[in-house]
Amino acid sequence: MIALGLILLTSLLTAGLIVRVKSIASGRRGPGLFQPLKNIWVLFRKGSVYSEVSGVITRTSPIMVLSALLVASLMVPVAGFTPLISFRGDFIMFAYLMAFSRFMMIITAFDSGSSFEAMGASREALYGMLIEPALFVLIAGLTVFTGGTSLATIFDLTHREGYSYVFGLIVAYIIGNITLVENSRIPVDDPKTHLELTMIHEVMVLDLSGFNLAMVQMTSMLKFAIFGSLIASAVIPWDMAPATRISMFIAVQLLFASAIGMTESFRSRYKMNRNQQYILTISLISVLFFVIILFTKNIF
Amino acid sequence: MFYLIAILIITGVVLLAAGKKSSVIITALFLSAGVTASSWLALSELLNLAIPVEIVEFLTSAGIICDGLSALFILIISFTVFSGFIYSVGYLKPYVRTKPELWTKLHYAALLWLYVSMIAVVLFRNGFAFLVAWEIMTVSSFVLVIYEYDKKGTIQAGINYLVQMHVGMLFILFAFIISSEGSDGVSFDNLRYYFSRNSNWLVFLLFFTGFGLKAGFLLLHTWLPEAHPAAPSHVSGIMSGVMIKLGIYGILRVSMSLQGDMYVIGTSLMVFSAVTGLFGVMMAILQHDIKKLLAYHSIENIGIIGIGIGLGIFGTATGNTLVSVTGYTGAILHTLNHSLFKSLLFFSAGSVISRLHTRNVEQMGGIMKYMPYTAMAFLIGSVAIAGLPPFNGFISEYLLYFSLFSGIGELEFYPLLIFSLVMVSLVLIGGLAVFCFAKVFSIVFLGQPRKAMAEPPAEAGQPMIIAKMLPVIPIIIIGALPVLIVGPLASLTSGIFNPSSLPFDNAILLTPLRYISVGVILMVSIGALFLILKKVDERRRPPVTGLTWGCGYGAASARQQYTATSFTQEYATLVRPVIRNGASHVSFREDEIFPGKREFHTSSADLLRSKIIMRPANLFINLLRRAAVIQTGRLQHYVLYAMLFLVLVFILTLLEII
Repeated sequence: MIALGLILLTSLLTAGLIVRVKSIASGRRGPGLFQPLKNIWVLFRKGSVYSEVSGVITRTSPIMVLSALLVASLMVPVAGFTPLISFRGDFIMFAYLMAFSRFMMIITAFDSGSSFEAMGASREALYGMLIEPALFVLIAGLTVFTGGTSLATIFDLTHREGYSYVFGLIVAYIIGNITLVENSRIPVDDPKTHLELTMIHEVMVLDLSGFNLAMVQMTSMLKFAIFGSLIASAVIPWDMAPATRISMFIAVQLLFASAIGMTESFRSRYKMNRNQQYILTISLISVLFFVIILFTKNIF
Repeated sequence: MFYLIAILIITGVVLLAAGKKSSVIITALFLSAGVTASSWLALSELLNLAIPVEIVEFLTSAGIICDGLSALFILIISFTVFSGFIYSVGYLKPYVRTKPELWTKLHYAALLWLYVSMIAVVLFRNGFAFLVAWEIMTVSSFVLVIYEYDKKGTIQAGINYLVQMHVGMLFILFAFIISSEGSDGVSFDNLRYYFSRNSNWLVFLLFFTGFGLKAGFLLLHTWLPEAHPAAPSHVSGIMSGVMIKLGIYGILRVSMSLQGDMYVIGTSLMVFSAVTGLFGVMMAILQHDIKKLLAYHSIENIGIIGIGIGLGIFGTATGNTLVSVTGYTGAILHTLNHSLFKSLLFFSAGSVISRLHTRNVEQMGGIMKYMPYTAMAFLIGSVAIAGLPPFNGFISEYLLYFSLFSGIGELEFYPLLIFSLVMVSLVLIGGLAVFCFAKVFSIVFLGQPRKAMAEPPAEAGQPMIIAKMLPVIPIIIIGALPVLIVGPLASLTSGIFNPSSLPFDNAILLTPLRYISVGVILMVSIGALFLILKKVDERRRPPVTGLTWGCGYGAASARQQYTATSFTQEYATLVRPVIRNGASHVSFREDEIFPGKREFHTSSADLLRSKIIMRPANLFINLLRRAAVIQTGRLQHYVLYAMLFLVLVFILTLLEII
């Protein structure tokens, strides 16, 4: 329960923090930390406007997107606190639930018959497919390293014998990069862009409104917190006192969010056709990590 | 075998003699009788029920042995053929008027023969009886494939299929003959004896080539993308759902008896299957013919099943029971799952095709509003085949990952390398399948119709909808409550494939599956909760409809929608080194003030087919054409040839060479 509570709590904070950091970096004061939450609250109280082309998919799938992500968040390790659902091979279900929510987002984009949305969907589908191996190779490497079998045990055991902060940092680096792709942040996608032709995630939700849009925005926030929590579990040792871990966890999440905010302020996005190279590079770094693990285990 | 032929003749004669209407009813009766009898046999084997002694004696005298593996396949075959038959009643209705009466009756007779022969294939152990059943299966499915003989390319696809299947049979025959050395007959039961005395890989390779041609492994697959689009949809569903699985049955039956070389066989089968799966799905994405796309997905799924079998053999070789049992269980469960969702997908695609009269996805769009049930069926099939929760495809892929990750922790360098590569391929296969089915579902069923239609397409007829509902039920049950089926299946596979080792403890497998159930049920209930909240919200604030966002431009036509080609464009550039996809068009000239009509055509070539299969074949054909010089058509020349031959024989005899 603590694990779930922590993830949900941090998911509420991070979105506002990113916006705030970006504002400060560009010399403005920026909106309050809770502005994204207020926006979602407004969305819930607005009615929905549907495209006349759209059908039952648009009306139901944003809900499925969020519920799949919620179930996925139950498996995520949170700095040594046992997640609610943890079993042998749960990372497979975790990854596939992510894929399910992506599938649902893609078909939602197509439901309105808009070319803009379909364009974003096409990119989302391709990038999502290319980034999946990076996560799996990383987890396979950690499995070999720790002998753990579920997300929680893998990340906890990383801190046992032979642990070095180098591992934690590499894992955090890889997951951080995966987050940039999965959450459609700069340099892959600019969430604040205003040109439909260059959007990825934001363009897929152009025809969603009210309740549905709130669902999708909550999903993005939750997804960000999930990846942040993976990073936190990679760097926070599991055997510290619970209070220390909780505070460290929140600190890491906030630090991660501000780091993303800083990156977005000082980095430009890639040309659309360079994204594939960037994503494949992440996978290759993952493979490199795997090879390093093999060396440390004397498997060569 | 005598009974088999008797059954075939009786059903054939009765059906052909029957009237137009009654032939369907008679087929239904025969089929239900067959389904009941064989399912009873299978279930009593699986549930350890007692079979009356007379029946056992009769079956044994007829050469029929039903073990767990046969029983499983009997159930899979019966279910799919039965739903396929229900579907065919609706699907063939428009054709009955245009085709000769006898031809339709023959079609139903062939459907029955196919069913009977498939059941016989999994029940016969004697090699020759097996091959006879195998041959009847091939011929009857050939008759089914060429039902629409008047369409362009159907006959060619059918003959291509027939020829390739006979090449495959030749391989199986060779394998049987080689393996019968030292024993009194040709049979699957002798394999163990042969394998314990000789090197295993050669005979396994022969069997694999023969059965792989049926299953559609890489390089043996070229008949699949031709035959499925040519066949009527229920036939595609049955062929892709169960008939190609009999190739898998054959491989499983042989791998049961393996005694040596298992390390090599297991690893190479894994790698080969991974490549097969990747190839299948990579080709599938670029297809615009919906049935060809599904056919390439069959190749992908055969690859996934093959990975499972490879893991099973590898696990047995290294004594890792967990890897072995989960690998085999995953393979068999995926065989079952694929038969469910692939027939579902073919049935739904068939309904769309029969309404729109095209197989080209670029001319479809917006069908979900007109055919909601078909669209839902296709959506469920898509999610299931992409291996996503909450449906059954996820469970079998989970088992394979489970097996891979169980092996990955405790391995030497080379197996670890192979396991990692196979794992990455499996991840990629999954991701590509999501990509592909998101594409095909969206393009076909969502948005607006891309082509003007004289009248809006009506929902498919009742038999077709019932046939689609049938596979949906097990798809949902296996997805939500996997423990029900995986538990017994794991016990069964550990009994069949690892009889010598310690009894396998299911608990390690069942606990995660219970958690998966919890996750799936939780997901559905959270979704339901949100849906209720939303309904409440909508009652207070009724939703309104408006135009789709178009940057302020409200008159976008349906033809401006994203197409399948544009959806896959970036992907197509990415895979260009492997898959040659070309576009051909004539560009406008500068002096054309009023441009005329232009055509634009895209295609994706199966490089393996053109470079590895067709090039040698064409060389051979050219060679034969050269040799045809001697065939002058003049009687004098032929007499001369005969005389030369006699002289040759005379000389050879003189020299005591022959």
